Formats: sequence, C-alpha cells, structure tokens
Amino acid sequence: MIKVENLRKTFGQKVAVNNISFEVHPGEVLGFLGPNGAGKSTTMRMITGFITPGAGRVSVCGFDVVDHPIEAKRRIGYLPEAAPSYGEMTVGGFLGWAADMRGLTGTQRASAIGAAVDACSLGSVLDQAIDTLSKGFRHRTCLAQAILHDPEVLILDEPTDGLDPNQKHEVRQLIRRMSEKKTIIFSTHILEEVEETCTRAIIIDGGTLVANGTPAELKARSVTAGAVRARFAGLDADAARSQLASVAGVGKIECIGQEVDQVVMRAYPSGAVRGDELAAQVVTELTRAGQAPIGIATELGRLDDVFRSITHSDVHHSDGGRA
Amino acid sequence: MSGLPAIRAIARRELGQYFGSPVAYVFLVIFLLLAGIFTFTFGAFFNRGEASLASFFTWIPWLFLFLVPAIGMRMWAEERRAGTWELLLTMPVTAGQAILGKFFASWLFLALALALTFPFWLTVNWLGEPDNGVIVAAYVGCWLLGGAYLAVTCMTSSFTRNQVVAFIIAVILCLLFILIGFTPITDMLARYASPDLVDAVAAFGVMTHFDSFAKGVLDLRGIVYFAAVIALALFITAAVIRNRRS
Repeated sequence: MIKVENLRKTFGQKVAVNNISFEVHPGEVLGFLGPNGAGKSTTMRMITGFITPGAGRVSVCGFDVVDHPIEAKRRIGYLPEAAPSYGEMTVGGFLGWAADMRGLTGTQRASAIGAAVDACSLGSVLDQAIDTLSKGFRHRTCLAQAILHDPEVLILDEPTDGLDPNQKHEVRQLIRRMSEKKTIIFSTHILEEVEETCTRAIIIDGGTLVANGTPAELKARSVTAGAVRARFAGLDADAARSQLASVAGVGKIECIGQEVDQVVMRAYPSGAVRGDELAAQVVTELTRAGQAPIGIATELGRLDDVFRSITHSDVHHSDGGRA
Repeated sequence: MSGLPAIRAIARRELGQYFGSPVAYVFLVIFLLLAGIFTFTFGAFFNRGEASLASFFTWIPWLFLFLVPAIGMRMWAEERRAGTWELLLTMPVTAGQAILGKFFASWLFLALALALTFPFWLTVNWLGEPDNGVIVAAYVGCWLLGGAYLAVTCMTSSFTRNQVVAFIIAVILCLLFILIGFTPITDMLARYASPDLVDAVAAFGVMTHFDSFAKGVLDLRGIVYFAAVIALALFITAAVIRNRRS
C-alpha cells in the first residue's frame, strides 16, 4: 500500500508538485493522468525514493521512503519514464544484475528471472545486447526488471509508451493480472487505457491534484454524461430538434451528425431526469407523437472531455525533475 | 554489512562493462605501450647501471594523470546521460554503496593494469638483482595514487552528464595535486615563501607521498594521506548525487 501525504516539490522557482495526498491499497490499479509537465513523473520519483520530497511524507507498505529508504525500495518495482537500461548488456545479463541487486540467489533467482522473461515475452532476445533491440523489447526489458522480485508495489511511468497496439494490449493484460495482489500506480496519456485497466484514476495539473475517482465517476463529470443520443429517419435537423424539444426533461439540443435522410441529435437533460430514464422518456413521448427515433443511446461521458475541461497546463512546461 | 551483495553486483556489472567494450583493451594496450616507452627510452632504463624499476615508477604519476581519468570518467556521467542512475538509485542500495561498488570495480581494473607490467619486473630480475621489497612498496604506491586519481574522477564524473567534461576537470584537479608537491615547483616557490609553508602545502600533494613509496618506504602517513583523499572525494560524490536528486 502507498500513502502520500501533502507531498510537495519545487525546482528553483517552479512548483513541480504542490500538496498532493492520496492512498492506494492492494488490489487497486491507480491511473495517473495529467498533461506533460503536470508533476506525474516527479511524484513517482518521490515515491520510489529517486528524488527527496521537498515537504510531506510518502510511505510504502508502512515504511517512510525518507527514513527507511532501503526497506521501502525493497518492496517497490519501478519502471522509470523512457525505460532506461544498460544498453551494452544482454537482456539476460541485465535481468541477472537486477536479481543480484534484489538479493535473489540460487533457484529463487533463476525462477524469478524466468517468470519475468515469460511475462514480458523476452525469451527470444535473452542473449542480445539491449542496444540492438527494438523500442518495444527495450521497454519490456525494463518492465521485466520492475516485476522481477515480485514486489508488493509497482510504479510504472508510462508503461505502454512506444509500444504497438498488440504490445500495449499485452502490457495492460499483465498489469491487470498482477493487480490482484499488488498495489499499482501507472501513468499514461492514453485515456482508454485508464478505463480498461484502472480501478481508480487521479488527474494532476500544474502540480496539483484536480480529480480523484473511479473512471466511471470521472466520466460522469463530463458535460455529455447523462445526455441522450437519438437517430431519426426522414426528418431534417430542425424538425428533429422541435420534436425533441417537446419532450419533458430535455434541455439543450444539438445536431451531431447528418446523413442523406437521417439525423443524429444529442439531447442534454434539463433537470434530474437523465441517462436511461431520459432516453425512455424520449422514446415514449416521441412514439406517441408518431416520430419515434430509429436508434437511441445514452452517453456515459468521455474521459478526454473531463481531462480537457479540468486541466489547462501550459504544454510548453518541461517535465520537472530531470536532473 | 547488508549492502555487500549489492555492492558486489554493482562492481561486477562495472567490470563487465569495462571488458564488454573495447575501451578496456585499448586502455590496457596504451598504458603498457606508454609505460614501456617511458621506462626504456625516456627513463634511460639501460643506462642507469642499476637494477631497479625507478625509471618506470617515475613516470607513473604523469601517465596516470591522463589514463586514470579516462577509466573513471564514465562512472556517473554515463549513468546520468542514459538515465540509468534512476534505475540504480531506486534499487535497494544507498548512494554510498553504489559509489563504493563503482569505485572498487575501477580500482580493481587499475590493479590489473599494474599487474600486467610484470614483464618489466621479470626483465629487471633477469638482468640483475633488484631490491624486490622496494618494487613491491612502489607498486603499492602506484595503486594508492591511482585510487586517489580515480576517486577524484568519480567525483568529477558526478558533476556532469558529459564524460569529456568530467575527464578534463579530473585531469586539472589531479595535475594540481601533482604540482603542489612537485620538486621543480616547490623549489621555485621556496624562493618566495618560507620553506615551512612550502613543505606544509607540499604535504597535501601526491608527489611527496608517492616518492616515499617509490623509494621503498611503506609510509603510514602516505597510506593515511591517500585513504583520506579517496574518502573525501567519494564523500563529495555522495553529496553531489544526493543533491542532484533533491
């Protein structure tokens, strides 16, 4: 389990991380979201003990990372951003080194390396120098290093960055498989990944925590959440609009698609009636009026809408903390 | 000491890195070539009329001045450039253990380079009857001197992510360590300052201490001196690494 309390870090004048607090428990997969330079990597670097917190506390499995760094680090597997590794080593040599660093010996060492190699599909490149591998393999080599010692806590900084769609899928599967027993934090720019993999998500902007909730909760904050999308045949946009406007509970209406003889309209709720209830109301009333839509769907909201509406960091900020 | 396996793992990786690249072999060849040239040509090994390796040991502080920083310059600079220090320092080790592992690996490599000069020793033993005790003491002096240079290079390597910059600063610092105790310089200074002051400053230089080893004296003060230089430089390295991360 990870506990972060009032964490703060400044680099010169720039506040990279400002008073962030959250907890992650075993079994949870926490998605770490935010624009570039929002402070995601800096926060992760403080959790893993790479940089010292300016203020606040971080504890990993009950061990404070400043007071008991070795005990805390023992329990962490870390994939740094850009997945660094010693390029002139072979994959097998590198993982052997990581196992030695973790104090693994004998059969335990061999089986740990074997399991990590299998999980990251590295069997075919064990004897190759890391420098000669494709980005996907290099990335997974570093990931293998992170999961090698079966750590209780996994911190993964953009684990799917630079992978092709199949590899991305595999890594997500891997994260989900491991999540049962472990406490996992991973950062990403891919919002579908959060919906697919995370039990909870945190959004950081300008060093400040701006949202913390399940993907569904976050999506519900989207402006389109709870709206109804309806498709009409044989009506033009204006006609469809006036039909929808007559339904109780419908507020703003917009046309979001037009084809030869069909229109797609989005109706926002005006009050407490929303989502499925609103859809049912639209169908009933318009059927009675003889203008039933040929298709209807409710909108759960979109994570990228929420993301865009609550983050507005300057994209030119550099990701602080890279010394 | 609980960090021992990790220190060993770091040292083994460093040594593997030396021999996994041509750098180590190039270094060894250049070192042995230059040592040979200096000893037998400029050192007038054959004209001295004595069975000793003095002509070899005289050149060591100057040879090491360039070769040792070349061994050590990548120690931290490369880790910083490649970002691998983030990996290394989030392993369950302290910064001090990581520094020790790297330092001992390079010091061991230097010991190997020195050991490979054994043909010189064989030659001098074949030609005459040298005092092998003196030679052993002088070799110990070389190794301690190289350790001091290496520690200084380890420190400068932690200042930057550019190996060349690390090399240049290390050479300058090591040169200063030579010059403050180098007889031509101290003789010149003695004309302007009191001899006591010059001697006191020279005691901080490497030459004063290296010379006594080269003469065959296993000087305790010399051992303490080199150990102190190494400890200080490595201590500063630890402070720099901790500071870079905060």
